Amino acid sequence: MSFFQQVKTLVSKDVTLEWRSKHAINSILLYIVSTVFVCYQAFKSVDTLVWNALFWIILLFASINAISRSFVQESQYRQLYYYSIVSAKAIILSKIIYNILLMAFLSVIAYLVYSVIFKNPVGDPLLYFIAILLGSVSFATVFTMVSGISSKTGNNSTIMAILSFPVIIPLLIVLIKLSQNALQGLDRAISYGEIGVLLAINVITITISLLLFPYLWRD
Amino acid sequence: MYSMMRKSWWKVLGAVMVCSSVVAGFMGPVPVLPILNETIRNIYFHVPMWFSMITLYLISVIFSIKYLNSGERNHDIMAVEAVNVGILFCFLGLLTGMQWANITWGDPWPNDPKLNGSAIATLMYLAYLVLRNALEEEQKRAKISAVYNIFAFPIMIVLLYILPKLTDSLHPGSGGNSTFSDLDMDNNMRPVFYTAVIGWILTGIWICTLRYRLRLVENNRNKLD
Repeated sequence: MSFFQQVKTLVSKDVTLEWRSKHAINSILLYIVSTVFVCYQAFKSVDTLVWNALFWIILLFASINAISRSFVQESQYRQLYYYSIVSAKAIILSKIIYNILLMAFLSVIAYLVYSVIFKNPVGDPLLYFIAILLGSVSFATVFTMVSGISSKTGNNSTIMAILSFPVIIPLLIVLIKLSQNALQGLDRAISYGEIGVLLAINVITITISLLLFPYLWRD
Repeated sequence: MYSMMRKSWWKVLGAVMVCSSVVAGFMGPVPVLPILNETIRNIYFHVPMWFSMITLYLISVIFSIKYLNSGERNHDIMAVEAVNVGILFCFLGLLTGMQWANITWGDPWPNDPKLNGSAIATLMYLAYLVLRNALEEEQKRAKISAVYNIFAFPIMIVLLYILPKLTDSLHPGSGGNSTFSDLDMDNNMRPVFYTAVIGWILTGIWICTLRYRLRLVENNRNKLD
């Protein structure tokens, strides 16, 4: 099989697995809805700055929970089997693509639920939507590699959090700025710089993941 | 490389450069400027700390890459000792910076992207050390922490050197501010400044190699014959 065929097969395998069990994605959805509701009970009404920050924080924790199980949901023996039939680069690329799809789905749902429960003050919905998609891509690329690293250590969840927070903060700063621009409905030309930075960081992260993952999986 | 480490000329050079920059830094002439006043001398101490830190982190990444290619244990020890000394220089840089900020900006921790960036970078390297402690097996620890070290480095560069340029910052050279050397430094200060930078970088590398050699001795002593 060629490289891209391998990636395609692996992604469709992940989607099928998720679709068959459903409990993982349902639990994350419930997690998002209940977090939004807890925040609503705590805040009642918020101004736009807090609205934006709160949304990204909810999304951050949801994505850490969703992606941290990327490499632990299947048994070690089955992973060994995958490694023997496909290349390591295909595995990490397929995981990144699958997580991007998953995160895009989750963050759109989160956005809908969030703007129904809290009032939606967004001035430029298209740009805000682009910010959300870029955010889910960034979360997916960074957290996939970090979850690969943390899956090699025993106590997964704490290590995952401390390894990924410092790495995601620069992206989060740019994302919050971009979505704040969209929220205020500023001219789109102002935001091109932020979009460029986000795309550049994502390209760098994916490249480094592809280079490093072959060293990581071999035990 | 390893024979270079045992040579003493660059260590002497580093010590002489640091000492002379300290003397010249406190005694030498400086321009009289508003707000900055005599605190301008802090540039001989604050800025070299950051240059030394970034040099040590760079050394650490290079040795992590070397470790992944070779699997040699010594490269891993060098990588972790470079991070240890780098964190020390980062704290020194934060301390001197906070003192300076307290006098010139009126607040030891103003909301500045460079300050927050360096604090987050420190978290990143502390996480690297925690990750090392979480892994028991020696080879696995070396390999996985090397992967994380290489993964985090470019993001730290973005954090410290690219993001502050895009946003408003109190620091010179960021957010459209002109750089310190255009604005405030005169030609009397420049030689002292460069001496301090090179001196502190050499001293940092010296501390790092000393720690590295100490670890080698420890390992040899623990070996079973």
